[in-house]
Amino acid sequence: MKVEQISIFIENKSGRLAEVTRILGEAGVNIRALSLADTSDFGILRLIVNDREKAKQVLKEKGFTVSKTEVVAVEVPDRPGGLSQILQTLDSEAINVEYMYAFVERCGENAVIIFRFDETDKAVGVLQANGFSMLAGERLYRM
Amino acid sequence: MLFNDEFETLPRPALEALQLKRLQAMVTRVYAHVPFYRATLDRAGINPDHIKALEDLKCLPFTCKQDMRDSYPYALFAAHMEDIVRIHASSGTTGKPTVVGYTRKDIEVWSELMARSFVAAGVHKGDIIHNAYGYGLFTGGLGAHYGAERLGASVIPMSGGNTQRQIMIMQDFGSTVLTCTPSYSLFLAEAAAEEGIDFRKLKLHVGIFGAEPWSEAMRTEIEGKLNLCAIDIYGLSEIMGPGVAIECREAKQGLHIWEDHFIPEIINPVTCEVLPPGEKGELVITTITKEGIPLIRYRTRDITSITYEPCVCGRTHARIARMSGRSDDMLIIRGVNVFPSQIESILMGIEGVEPHYLLIVDRKENLDTLEIQVEVDERIFSDEVKHLQALSNSIEKQIKEMLGITCKVRLVEPKTIMRSEGKAKRVIDNRIM
Repeated sequence: MKVEQISIFIENKSGRLAEVTRILGEAGVNIRALSLADTSDFGILRLIVNDREKAKQVLKEKGFTVSKTEVVAVEVPDRPGGLSQILQTLDSEAINVEYMYAFVERCGENAVIIFRFDETDKAVGVLQANGFSMLAGERLYRM
Repeated sequence: MLFNDEFETLPRPALEALQLKRLQAMVTRVYAHVPFYRATLDRAGINPDHIKALEDLKCLPFTCKQDMRDSYPYALFAAHMEDIVRIHASSGTTGKPTVVGYTRKDIEVWSELMARSFVAAGVHKGDIIHNAYGYGLFTGGLGAHYGAERLGASVIPMSGGNTQRQIMIMQDFGSTVLTCTPSYSLFLAEAAAEEGIDFRKLKLHVGIFGAEPWSEAMRTEIEGKLNLCAIDIYGLSEIMGPGVAIECREAKQGLHIWEDHFIPEIINPVTCEVLPPGEKGELVITTITKEGIPLIRYRTRDITSITYEPCVCGRTHARIARMSGRSDDMLIIRGVNVFPSQIESILMGIEGVEPHYLLIVDRKENLDTLEIQVEVDERIFSDEVKHLQALSNSIEKQIKEMLGITCKVRLVEPKTIMRSEGKAKRVIDNRIM
């Protein structure tokens, strides 16, 4: 139930984000979801893409530092209180969220939240036990 | 193994007697032939006959880089031009270069001292020396080359640059010894890794690195990446070129300076007083056998200390410590003396940090600022901001604790810090003084 995300180190200077997306675009890599964490000096771009290996390879060739991380994609009903339920469950089990970002499924009625936990396996167990629906990586990459 | 058993193990009393005899002869000769020295010695009220003991050396005036510039190009030569067989010049960072001339005997001595240095580093006849020091006006290339031939090893005169070709030759020719600057060795390792070449499959067993200051931590890095024994060599064109001093493979604890040809002293760079063994200061060298351009008490600007303790290798010549910087590339940041090598040691002590860094010194609202750029590679990268911030905070904290200065660490993308194929540029000082 885990999903692979790639993370890229980018310096906080003009044109770097454009460079990453250009490289991915030219390699035919499609971005499914993304988030950017930024500081005054640098940013960490986190992506879910259709072809992780290819994305990693082309970015490394161009000199970027890239890493892969396991995250969890949880489906949330697209209505008020949907996210709150998940967070309350996690909180009651003392599971920390390192970061998260969301997108809405193209034709479905659900939102998808990407979570990065400090204890991924434990979090997956808790979410499963509480009946939350998680998306398998393969489904997400092909979405 | 020794190259010259007799002279490398000369008992101290005999060595010192030889030094005195040679010093007296040298001072007499420069007094007679070099107007600059006649004038400075006269000004100091010293006649060559006044030198009765080695201690009298400290009464003689110093020679500085500026004196060499003022004597451009040949005014400090003590031999006639028809006896000069080679001319080298040091890279002048400001203005004219400093020019040195060698007689045939100077070249012979240099070749022998470089051959001694190779043997001290564990190089033998039969080794294939890949000499990537620059050939040309710079003394590195030809200095190492002549020493290699004197030893009877095979030397490949690669010179610097053209990294892909260096790697190909190293592989195909079966190079066993690498001579270059320490920063270039890492550049080679990086380039080789990109081509998927494994240094463990090459035949290199020793690398002789010099011409720029480097740290013990950098040695560990080089030895790991190039799979060889890294030896520190010291030299400067004003004194001779490479081979003035070198570490012995047996101890790797300080560099033996060939005292039958050079007399080293350590001085306080500010007060100029001679410091006792063990104390850190500026290295001053008197050449006692040079004919082309003998120098009295030349101030090298290199910071080190000296020990006369016996060494396990059996050589009786004093050892100078690894250069910890130069008294003139010393940075003064908010009144604190900082050597780039100190910062390098701290950086290299941090897991995953590459030896490519850049120090940017600036002055904002009358306050000096120091920014340290560090490249982020996969070993230190994290998808979480807090981990990267913890890394830069930890570097900043260690520098504050160890050097007493506040700095800002900026994490930059890999390979964005300029690589050098010669001496690495580690500092950009934007202050307008």
